[in-house]
Amino acid sequence: MAAFVPLAEALGSYLHDGDSVAFEGFTHLIPHAAAHEAIRQGRRDLTLIRMTPDIIYDQMIGMGCARKLVFSYAGNPGVGLLRRLRDAVEKDWPRAIEIEEHSHAAMANAYEAGAAGLPSAFFRGYRGVELATVNPNIKSVTCPFTGEELAAVPAVRPDVAIIHAQRADRRGNVLVEGIVGVQKEAVLAAGRAVVTVEEVVDDVTDVHPNACVLPHWTITAICEVPGGAHPSYAHGYYDRDNAAYLEWDGISADREEFQTWMERHVLGATPDVFAGRVAHLRRRAA
Amino acid sequence: MSDFTPDEMMTIAAARALKTDDVVFVGIGAPSAACNVARLTHAPDITLIYESGTIGTAPSVLPLSIGDGELCETAVTTVAVPEMFRYWLMGGRITVGFLGAAQLDRFGNINTTVIGEYAHPKVRLPGGGGAPEIAASCGEVFITMKQSTRGMVEKIDFMTSFGHGAGGDARRKLGLTTAGPTLLITDLAIWKPDPETKEFTVTSLHPGVTRGEVEAACAWPAQFASELDETPPPTALEIDTLRDLQARSKAAHEGRAA
Repeated sequence: MAAFVPLAEALGSYLHDGDSVAFEGFTHLIPHAAAHEAIRQGRRDLTLIRMTPDIIYDQMIGMGCARKLVFSYAGNPGVGLLRRLRDAVEKDWPRAIEIEEHSHAAMANAYEAGAAGLPSAFFRGYRGVELATVNPNIKSVTCPFTGEELAAVPAVRPDVAIIHAQRADRRGNVLVEGIVGVQKEAVLAAGRAVVTVEEVVDDVTDVHPNACVLPHWTITAICEVPGGAHPSYAHGYYDRDNAAYLEWDGISADREEFQTWMERHVLGATPDVFAGRVAHLRRRAA
Repeated sequence: MSDFTPDEMMTIAAARALKTDDVVFVGIGAPSAACNVARLTHAPDITLIYESGTIGTAPSVLPLSIGDGELCETAVTTVAVPEMFRYWLMGGRITVGFLGAAQLDRFGNINTTVIGEYAHPKVRLPGGGGAPEIAASCGEVFITMKQSTRGMVEKIDFMTSFGHGAGGDARRKLGLTTAGPTLLITDLAIWKPDPETKEFTVTSLHPGVTRGEVEAACAWPAQFASELDETPPPTALEIDTLRDLQARSKAAHEGRAA
């Protein structure tokens, strides 16, 4: 049953050192405020799981929160490489990081298998490609009906899933709209789920009969954090801050500049700063 | 039309290769520009699919990421990412996959994973993302990249996405039933695989480009078709469409009014 709590309390209660955690969001609704809270709380030895680790995982890795990264595309979308991740992989700074690398198709299937309670996922993939030789979690199975050889990967079953969504209602049902990514699968695959939302409203179950709604009993904790996806966006609330993604390339290029930025904007900040960060990105018509 | 850059010629040549009844899985960067120029010129009914789940999208500006809001707002429908990959990509519903590459070899094999050794890379690149299964599942694959000896290499450092392997019938031997890379469009030329060996062969030079320039910007010994065409220069409509799109996109990405 979803509990409505402040973000600091939710992460303090439900995300522990050493956990495997998926801060999901496929280029939309990325839970920046929650990731910053995890950094402030000094979480360590996390296994970070995500299809598209971008700025938040770059920040968490650069701040030494992560022991391992499970991913399928690690870049600043449309901008370039993740420089803090590169520093960790190439130069072990601030610490060495283990990586488990997949393709998108594999991760998407693995999340779906996790949501379905299956041990693994099968799909027609990884043929002829080299990831299968460097990742021991990529194997193959033979279809018992046709004899076709298919790729197999273990299901993703994180200890914790953390997502950002548009709205929760007072019972704790959560509505996700727009590019929904793998958030539903991540929540259903995880042991615990923490959701930050733009706002809490009376009812989200009257939007559309086929809307993506996560029933309240699938969620552990809900935190109201307006603007909590910034510089990512929340469809219907505010636009993506593309300029901030472009700026991150420079900030993250240098260790000292990165640390100074993190001290100022993350360690010395609170979740309520996010509302102000998106004020200029809200549509005039909204 | 004589005033255009090699980059513009590359994007426009790539746009021309797309048909209005194509269903295209679009990569970010040059592929995205090419696909939208096609949509805004000769291929108005083309279906553009971005891996974030947007099907049949028609953005007014080029997205910075594959999941910008406008892709969803203008799409026919937006599906969850597992459905995108399972039903639409691996379900065999895409006619053309459009990919870029950090490193490419003569058989259209692509590396976007690492420069150097995987365990101790010189440069850790973003990785494959959707590309390994795009390269395997789409009816055919178009590749677009700027030519350089660092990018077009004798041997790629990592096989992120399978093209034609070691050439010949390598795809068929692996059980792949799709055509794989059928077109390579660079800033200098158009290349197509040899029907037998599957080695990329220059079939058309862009206006003003020499064989020597193509050879100098490619680390393997470039092969040329016996009858070499010259790529028609961009038309006024093509170049205006591309420049308008890029100007709008730049303004939008920097947070200015378009």
